[in-house]
Order: sequence, then C-alpha cells, then structure tokens
Amino acid sequence: MIFSLAVYSPPYSSQASESAYRFAEALLAEGHSLYRIFFYQDGVHNSSQLLTPPQDETDFTSRWRELSERHHIDLVVCIAAALKRGILDEEEANRYEKPAHNLHEGFALSGLGQLVDAALMSDRLVTFGG
Amino acid sequence: MRKKILFISRHAPYGSSIAKEALDAVLTAAAYDQDLSLLFMDDGIFQLLPNQQANAIGQKSFASMLPALPLYDVENIFVHLESLQARGISKNELLFDSVQTLDSTAVSALLAQQDHLLSF
Amino acid sequence: MSTLHTVNKSPFTHGTLASCLSICTDSDGVLLLEDGVFGAMTTTPCATRLTELIEQGVRVYALIDDVKARGLEKMLMSNIELTDYVGFVQLSTQHRCVQSWY
Repeated sequence: MIFSLAVYSPPYSSQASESAYRFAEALLAEGHSLYRIFFYQDGVHNSSQLLTPPQDETDFTSRWRELSERHHIDLVVCIAAALKRGILDEEEANRYEKPAHNLHEGFALSGLGQLVDAALMSDRLVTFGG
Repeated sequence: MRKKILFISRHAPYGSSIAKEALDAVLTAAAYDQDLSLLFMDDGIFQLLPNQQANAIGQKSFASMLPALPLYDVENIFVHLESLQARGISKNELLFDSVQTLDSTAVSALLAQQDHLLSF
Repeated sequence: MSTLHTVNKSPFTHGTLASCLSICTDSDGVLLLEDGVFGAMTTTPCATRLTELIEQGVRVYALIDDVKARGLEKMLMSNIELTDYVGFVQLSTQHRCVQSWY
C-alpha cells in the first residue's frame, strides 16, 4: 500500500515525531511505500537544521533526512506554518530580507495543497499530532 | 476519481492554533474538487459560537471565517450532537443553520464512508 | 468500512479516549499509544465502556514499547492486546481510515 504521514507536533516537546518515525520505518520494512511526510502546525520544527540536541538524544532532522534519502520519500513542510514559526529556506529568507535560513537539506517548503495531494495519492494517511 | 475526505475538528479556537490550521486545510482542500465534509466535535464546537470578538486577543474571529465555507463548496458541515449537549449548547445557538447535527451512531457511520480522515 | 482509532492522551487527564469510544463501532479498532497507554490500565476511567466494546468485537491494542517505557506491563486490563509498530502498520491496512485522537 501507499502511505503518507502528517506530523503536527514538534520534536522533543512531544513524543509524536518519534512515533511517526517508528511507524514510517515499520511500514517500509513491511514492504509498503511512503509517498510523503507532511509537516504542519508545530511539526514544522522537525525540519530546522539548527536543532542541536545533546549527543545522547535523537537528532530528528538528520534522521528524517536519512530516511528520505534511503527510501526516496518526499519531506514537505507547510510553507505558511513554517514561515511564521521561523523556518525558512534560502529563497524565502531572500524574499523577506531575513539574515539567515534554516530549512534542512532534503525538506521542501510547499503549500498546504501538498497535504491534500498526499491524501489523494495514498491509500492511507496517518496523522501524528499532540 | 473523487475521494471522500472528512476533516474532523475537535479543538477549541484561539487557545491553540489547531482549529485555525484545520480550517486553512479545509479551505485549501476545497480547491481540489473532492467530496469534502467537515465535522465539529468535542471542544471544536466552540468554533461555532456567535458573538466571538477575537480582536480582543489579537486574532481573527472564527465567526467571520466559518460562514464562508459554503461559498468554498464545503457544504457537508456536521456537528456532533452529544458534544453540543455536554456543553449545554443547542443547535439554534450556532453561527449558521446549515450545519447538520449527528448523534454518535451517525458519526460512526459518517467515518465509515470516508476514504480519508484528516484529524485535527 | 471500518476505522482504526489511535489515542495518545491519558484518560486520567483528557476526554480524548472517552470521545473516541463514544463513536467507536463494532468493526473498528482502537490503538493506544504514547500517553494513551494509560488508558489500558485496570484503573482506567473508561474500563466499563472499553470492556463493553471489546465484548461487541472491537479490538483494543496498546503499543508495547510505550507500555514498557512507562512500567505498566503488570497493570493492564487483560482484554487489551499488546502490539508493536509492525502491528500498528498492519492494523492501519486492515481498516479503511485512521482517525487520530490527540
């Protein structure tokens, strides 16, 4: 089956990102495919390359990136939710004349339509929130 | 092929951004020509109260945004009856009268008809 | 078609599990994860309704890693089944839709 995941919670503050990651690994191990992971609401913080956890804690951003590289998964971050929370790519940083950008390589900023598209293109959409 | 997609909005407005970001997702989905429905349940029904003056806390009022839904062709708008009852609110006190109330059994049946649930 | 419900909040603090169970129907499944696993304890506020649903054929699961992490293995209702992430994936394929209660 084709899955997509929606992640609405930030890393560290909530367990939901960890659950989403484990679910993603399990579904891929079971031979299913993962079309897209869509990060929305506070879930957009999963895509910041400035997350600097201590060495004995999970580095969420890098882990999502590795999973995406290994399995060619689309990592999409809602652009409206991201910008207002200070997650910008280079293009948006230039557009809004901000001094820095922090979207991790491998993630793409895009519209909320990509969440709807994920539902249309997938057999299952599973939400991880709270 | 059109898919049946139900948005379930269960959180109160303002205190967290979930309700607003749910509404943004519904309005976005409306452009995709799918079979959309929206269900308000639990504290989500508080989005439907009239007399909201959200400018008092620097936010946009749901009372001014929600009535636009039918204009976006989101016509299947449902409210969970027991959630209303638990909060002492009757259907005729809500923002607009085009919402349909569903009891828990009808909500179960509504969920069972969908291709996707978008949980907010 | 049926729905898989996931619940990740403790019923001792939130109404999330009670809401989920109020619309849960015969062929549905319920998966408790994260703090939702507190809902599988013998002392859960939703014990009566959970038992009633299980007797009607609803399968209720708790995610084993979350149970272990919280030290709850010996404190769970006997009619709640334990599962892992592979089980979670399988449940999501067996039901048409997944509703996340958070």
